[in-house]
Amino acid sequence: MTWKWESQREQYGRALVELGKERSDIVVLDADLSSSTRTADFASAFPERFFNCGIAEQNMIDTAAGLAASGKTVFASTFAVFGTGRCYDQIRQSVAYPKLNIKIVASHAGITVGGDGASHQIIEDIALMRVLPNMAVIVPVDSNETYKVIKTVAKTETPVYVRIGRADVPTVTDKDTPFEMNKAKVMRDGMDVTLIGCGIMVSKCLEAAEELAKHGIDARVINLHTIKPLDEKTIVKAARETGGVVTAEEHSVMMGMGSAVAMCLVENFHVPMKRVGIPDVFGESGACNELMEKYGLTMENIVEAAHDVLKRKK
Amino acid sequence: MEIYDGEFIAELEAVAKRVRSHSITMIYRAGSGHPGGSLSGVDVMVALYFHIMKHDPNRPDWPERDRFVLSKGHAAPSLYAVLSEAKYFPEKELETLRKLGSRLQGHPCMRKTPGVEMSTGSLGHGLAAGNGMALAAKLDRKLYRIYVLCGDGEMDVGETWEAAMLASHYKLDNITMYLDRNKLQLDGPTEKIMSLEPLADKWKAFGWHVIEINGHSMKEIIQATNEARGVKGRPTVIICHTIKGKGVSYMEGSLHFHGKAPTDEEYKQAMKELGTADQ
Ligand SMILES: Cc1ncc(C[n+]2csc(CCOP(=O)(O)OP(=O)(O)O)c2C)c(N)n1
Repeated sequence: MTWKWESQREQYGRALVELGKERSDIVVLDADLSSSTRTADFASAFPERFFNCGIAEQNMIDTAAGLAASGKTVFASTFAVFGTGRCYDQIRQSVAYPKLNIKIVASHAGITVGGDGASHQIIEDIALMRVLPNMAVIVPVDSNETYKVIKTVAKTETPVYVRIGRADVPTVTDKDTPFEMNKAKVMRDGMDVTLIGCGIMVSKCLEAAEELAKHGIDARVINLHTIKPLDEKTIVKAARETGGVVTAEEHSVMMGMGSAVAMCLVENFHVPMKRVGIPDVFGESGACNELMEKYGLTMENIVEAAHDVLKRKK
Repeated sequence: MEIYDGEFIAELEAVAKRVRSHSITMIYRAGSGHPGGSLSGVDVMVALYFHIMKHDPNRPDWPERDRFVLSKGHAAPSLYAVLSEAKYFPEKELETLRKLGSRLQGHPCMRKTPGVEMSTGSLGHGLAAGNGMALAAKLDRKLYRIYVLCGDGEMDVGETWEAAMLASHYKLDNITMYLDRNKLQLDGPTEKIMSLEPLADKWKAFGWHVIEINGHSMKEIIQATNEARGVKGRPTVIICHTIKGKGVSYMEGSLHFHGKAPTDEEYKQAMKELGTADQ
């Protein structure tokens, strides 16, 4: 399959500027990475509502809390590694616990950060954010969806973590389909096995489905953009109808999206399952595609997992 | 320490020039990295590894060695170039920067690269880690010293000031911090993004001995470090006034080259100015 590759960050910047025009309660914070996260676009359009906090992520999150407690809708951005782990206590105490209107939109998540290496490749942010009560977790699948997610979460009044990447990603949705928060999106129907992906891995699931089709296997593909709250209904329905599930995420297999799905299925409808994701190790420097291969994030990995699940199906 | 005769300083400067050339070549070959911040701290690192520190490339884990922590980890290329010039590993290996399987990660990894004392890259950790080493030296009654290089952007980080307090509270006179005062961070000039001045007064208020120098002068770096060794009962910060991108005309003072590799044309120009390191 050939994809058009587009930037999620660009759409984040565009959506923010539109929001700034539409609403005066929108304020944006960054931590010396505005040129990378693209909050710089908002900063130049609305300098009086943009605050660069410097390289001080903890400071940024508590400042966001004060602004939100005073009626503002706050978008706070930096790289995902610094916007979650670096300021975890601030998020826990001052964002999630008081349930404040803060959207943490973090870029450069996952291993596709590439050359910067393990220090910058956060593979545990979904895990960190999804264990926090009151925190929603969304992984937009592509550039179109990023734009819609930003416009949608701006209408909510509670904490949301939005995870986007550094690299351009395959465009798998169109501009017009509305984005439904909390509702997993079935991208392809199928009755033999279900492939559930998030982020860049949805495109790999679609490729895997094509490959499986060549062998007469009819795979359902689901874009699980909202990892919390989890759309259990769609997941259980897919498990019941297809009898086997593979998850695929650019994240550690420890406590990420796949684990969320596994927990849901163990309690609701037990089927053979396999999680494709980064094993319990740190990443390293390298080119995106090399890293995806080395750390088990390819279409082939998904196909193999699907075969394994099919074998275990009764 | 030796007298600062012209020849000896010229030797250090020649190493620094090669290190600059290596750094730019590595970033160019990798296609990504941070040239600006790599170039501004080169002279401090060269003075440390080629004159000030006692260390042994054949025994990177020699217990008595002085320790260097690169807190501004994005300057990794210049640290690797210095370590290779100091014979910690072959020059050829510099080509592998940021490549899959390389010992030379985009940001320093102490488990992969011989000579790297602390894994860094997330800013603002290095001074506190250096303090830990300094405390260990005191506990073990060892005479080795700790040298930390921080960026001025790292002065935004709260932990820097937590560490500043700890070092003076525990009277860590065996740690010296070099502050790479190139006046630029990622998004712009420090005074525009998060103003730091009066910076020297801040460090004084935290109980540190403060020295200000031209951070590109080998002589001043060595003199200031000698002064720091003589200070008892408190840590020393050497504020090094530097130029981001120092040594490559179009990178000097440039925000663009904070985190961008040079193009083919730009690379050629840089090599014209620095000379290729392997000549
Ligand atoms: C905690 C953290 N936040 C953000 C970054 C991203 N980042 C990398 S370099 C940099 C600017 C550093 O500025 P400075 O310390 O002045 O370094 P220099 O200008 O000497 O390169 C930033 C924000 C990071 N590496 N770590």
